[in-house]
Amino acid sequence: MQAWLDTLVVLLILTNLRLVGSSRLFACVRTVAVQGLLLGLLPVLVQWNTLTWRPALLAAGSTFLKAGVFPWLLRRAVRDVGLRREVDPVVGYSTSLLITMGLLGVTLYLGQRLPPAGLFESQLMTPVAIFTILVGLFLIVARRTAVMQVLGYLAMENGIYAFGMALAVEEPVLVELGILLDVFMGVFVMGIAIFNISREFDHIDTDRLSVLKD
Amino acid sequence: MTVAAPILHVLTALVASPLLLGVIRRVKAWMSGRKGAPLLQSYYDIVRLLNKGAVYSRTTTWVFRAGPMVGLAAVLVALTLVPLGGVPALMRFQGDLVLFAALLGLLRFFYVLAALDTGSAFEGMGASREIQFSALAEPALLLGLAAMARTTHELSLSPMYDEISFDLVIAPSGAVMLVAVAFLIVFLTENSRLPIDDPNTHLELTMIHEVMVLDHSGPDLAFVEYTSALKLWVLGALLVGIAVPVRTDLWYLDLLAGVAGMFALAVVTGILESTMARLRLSRVPQFLVAAVVFSGLALVLVLR
Amino acid sequence: MIWALLLVPALSGLVAFFLRSDGLRRTLLVLATAAHSALVITAWLTAPDCSAMGGWLALDAAGILFLGITSALFLAGALYAIGYLSEEGQHHRTDIEEGFLFKNYPEATFTGCLLLFLSTMTLVAVAQHVGLLWVGVEATTLTTAPLIYFHRHHRSLEAAWKYLLICSVGIGLALLGNFFLAAATAKFQAGHPLHLVFPELVEHARDLDPTWLRAGFLMVLVGYGTKMGLAPLHTWLPDAHSEAPSVVSALLSGALLNCAFLAILRMHGVLVAAGLGAFSQDLLVMFGLVSMTLAAFFIVGQLDFKRMLAYSSVEHVGILALGVGLGGVAGVGSMLHAVNHSLTKGALFLAAGNILAAYRTKSTREVRGVVSVLPVTGVLWVAGFLAITGTPPFGVFQSELMILKGAVDAGRLWVAALYLLLLGVVFVGMARIVIRMAYGHPAGLKGLKETGGWSATTGGRREARWSIVPPMLLGAAVLGLGLYVPPVLQDLIEAAAAALGAKG
Repeated sequence: MQAWLDTLVVLLILTNLRLVGSSRLFACVRTVAVQGLLLGLLPVLVQWNTLTWRPALLAAGSTFLKAGVFPWLLRRAVRDVGLRREVDPVVGYSTSLLITMGLLGVTLYLGQRLPPAGLFESQLMTPVAIFTILVGLFLIVARRTAVMQVLGYLAMENGIYAFGMALAVEEPVLVELGILLDVFMGVFVMGIAIFNISREFDHIDTDRLSVLKD
Repeated sequence: MTVAAPILHVLTALVASPLLLGVIRRVKAWMSGRKGAPLLQSYYDIVRLLNKGAVYSRTTTWVFRAGPMVGLAAVLVALTLVPLGGVPALMRFQGDLVLFAALLGLLRFFYVLAALDTGSAFEGMGASREIQFSALAEPALLLGLAAMARTTHELSLSPMYDEISFDLVIAPSGAVMLVAVAFLIVFLTENSRLPIDDPNTHLELTMIHEVMVLDHSGPDLAFVEYTSALKLWVLGALLVGIAVPVRTDLWYLDLLAGVAGMFALAVVTGILESTMARLRLSRVPQFLVAAVVFSGLALVLVLR
Repeated sequence: MIWALLLVPALSGLVAFFLRSDGLRRTLLVLATAAHSALVITAWLTAPDCSAMGGWLALDAAGILFLGITSALFLAGALYAIGYLSEEGQHHRTDIEEGFLFKNYPEATFTGCLLLFLSTMTLVAVAQHVGLLWVGVEATTLTTAPLIYFHRHHRSLEAAWKYLLICSVGIGLALLGNFFLAAATAKFQAGHPLHLVFPELVEHARDLDPTWLRAGFLMVLVGYGTKMGLAPLHTWLPDAHSEAPSVVSALLSGALLNCAFLAILRMHGVLVAAGLGAFSQDLLVMFGLVSMTLAAFFIVGQLDFKRMLAYSSVEHVGILALGVGLGGVAGVGSMLHAVNHSLTKGALFLAAGNILAAYRTKSTREVRGVVSVLPVTGVLWVAGFLAITGTPPFGVFQSELMILKGAVDAGRLWVAALYLLLLGVVFVGMARIVIRMAYGHPAGLKGLKETGGWSATTGGRREARWSIVPPMLLGAAVLGLGLYVPPVLQDLIEAAAAALGAKG
């Protein structure tokens, strides 16, 4: 399974790069959906031999949310807004991509120095999880559109989830469900907020949300 | 491995490379429902141009005349450095991949100088675009070669390509596959193929490579045409070496597979050109950065 | 017991979403919060050994302390909210700053979210499992975002969006911290499984991997620190506090920040037990001082009095972190300070709400003579200011003194000096604003004319009882705590400080 896990990790990196390099909102939404799907496969690969029903069901649930419900919600939000389908970057795409490559290099370098813990099936898993988190943060900072920031948040959440998977952290079902529910509600509430922003401002550029300051 | 194989490869390249252009054109014509020019049209063109006299503008100097000649010389040397799949190059030594990249750079440098020497605004514009895009394509090429060198632990192109096997290409980390994608983009860029540049365009404002060689005529233009055919072969060989990982012990089979791969690549290029729209000029760098990122990612993956 | 604490507000919150009658809903709000308070007091005084779900939920001293603060503040807030909501109504109203029309969020949603907010904070206070704690803190973000967006206009929307995004991201990092913590247990887990429950973690703290533990604490501090409002992650706080209704600001400042603080403290307790106390303490001292400094800068010359209070919250959050970071007496002082600060800040925000309603402006320059226009609120405003800046005989003075003593005891004179200096700056900065607002002649102020709140002949207007009693109660409590800390509370604070490693 090691081989497939590596492939999965590389695909994960590629989705991140696409997220950073793409200029179209729908493409980004799709990419995050793909990311969710890849993460859904992760527990299956990590625990191939010891897979039980419980984590499998949880993984299925989270995949359904991340690859099905969230993209659907966000696509609806974009369609309802109906104005702009561009990502509207603060930092240009090429620069973003180069920065992202830099981040990847740094995380891989640091990944070698982290003390080993848990069941590391793939050496790449931890650094790439952290890389995904950083990409999410980067998107939140470097993109203006509210939808894009939500996507960044989701990418970050995906990275954290991947990290948990890499460690094979056995969270109790209740906690996992709670986390899922929270993330779901988070995206849901953000979706409502985006809808309201578009209604109130006729755009969803968050850098024009700048009335409040000292 | 007999010494005949490299020689035969170089000879094939010298003879068959204009045919690649013909194949690409034919596929495009076929895809768009036209009959298209004869397959050997490039040869006719070259011969026709060689029989004509050259016209030189009075504002140009020797630099302008040197451009096509240096370009052809550079690409010929590059041809002797490049292996085709399992067929080693005519010349091979440690670090020849740097020389290979440098020769392509030299070719571009003299083309750009020649273009600037004409003093024409259009050619200057073409030169500036050419430099902008190749500044991004070159790192992609070099990073990709570095990744390959690291994977195979070889610093010379021929043994490096000899190491490539099917297992290596589909290896789980996918590094070699990423390099192949990057090389495809470099191949399209350097040969001014479609998503980046349109070799058929005749509108100076949108031309990149073609506009640079607008002032060449007669034998000079024949040189330029032949150079681009050879360049297509040389860069194609880099890609085919990965994409067709056939390594038998029989040199003629290797050569056959390589040449077949080259023509398959020409067909693929034709199909790509027919199905893709040209990128907006401002989006081209983004596309090229993607190539750099692929190569860089491959390098990072193998460095680990 | 725990289930009752969680479910009473949760269920009544859900019911509130569907109740059509305003009267019934408001009664439900008060009843539910009162029941909650009653349960907390019972739990405190009888100290039953109650835990649920195999120890994942348990009421320990720290939990009761922070739950008590939350509950008391909520009760005051609920009482205030009744009057506030009937005053606000559902019709279109003009915005006080830019004059456009806007409508409030449906009151049912507001009440429902308020009660769910209480429930989620209860979850934070009683959660002993790392994951459940996280779930609780994140849930508070989600339930409060609609509260901040109660006035449906673009400023409150901006505040709500920033709050939602910044806090979600911050809390996401805290989740990463939880996973780091899990990684720290991995070595140990080879023997027998270790649940990520705080008492167990404390017990086996020495077996945990120190590097992962440090990384985990850092992430948790940054993550929950965002929620708590530690600088430089406080940026959502002034916006949210200034745009939310005053009741909500009071609850955010008084209760929510404490809950995030509790979450950090629980993790701190694990580090102290693992012998890494120095690491977490240094971080806390650093964040504390940075927060205080930043808040002091922004308080001086602040033009919006609700923002001023928000920055004061940043300052006090910094003091809390500083106190725990110093340890010893300061740690105990920090616990006491959490109580004092919450009560005082609650009273101040409610008073600020009254001022806002009468003057129809948040600008510190357009408010004059609060004492003559709103006599009770005016006195509360000044008293609250004196209390929050640590003037005797109010409770804050005592707790701040304890933290100072802790700094001196620890021999960290520079920290003590900086602490005093910053407190001084804040005192002067706030005094200039508050005194000018409280006294002076109110004639000719634009906002006052609109509400017809004041005329030279009749003087100040009668203040509604709902608007002054809750803040008065809170203020009286702070005054009381300054004069006499009941032994029951003293014991609770000591126990909480000891359990959370704040004394170490």
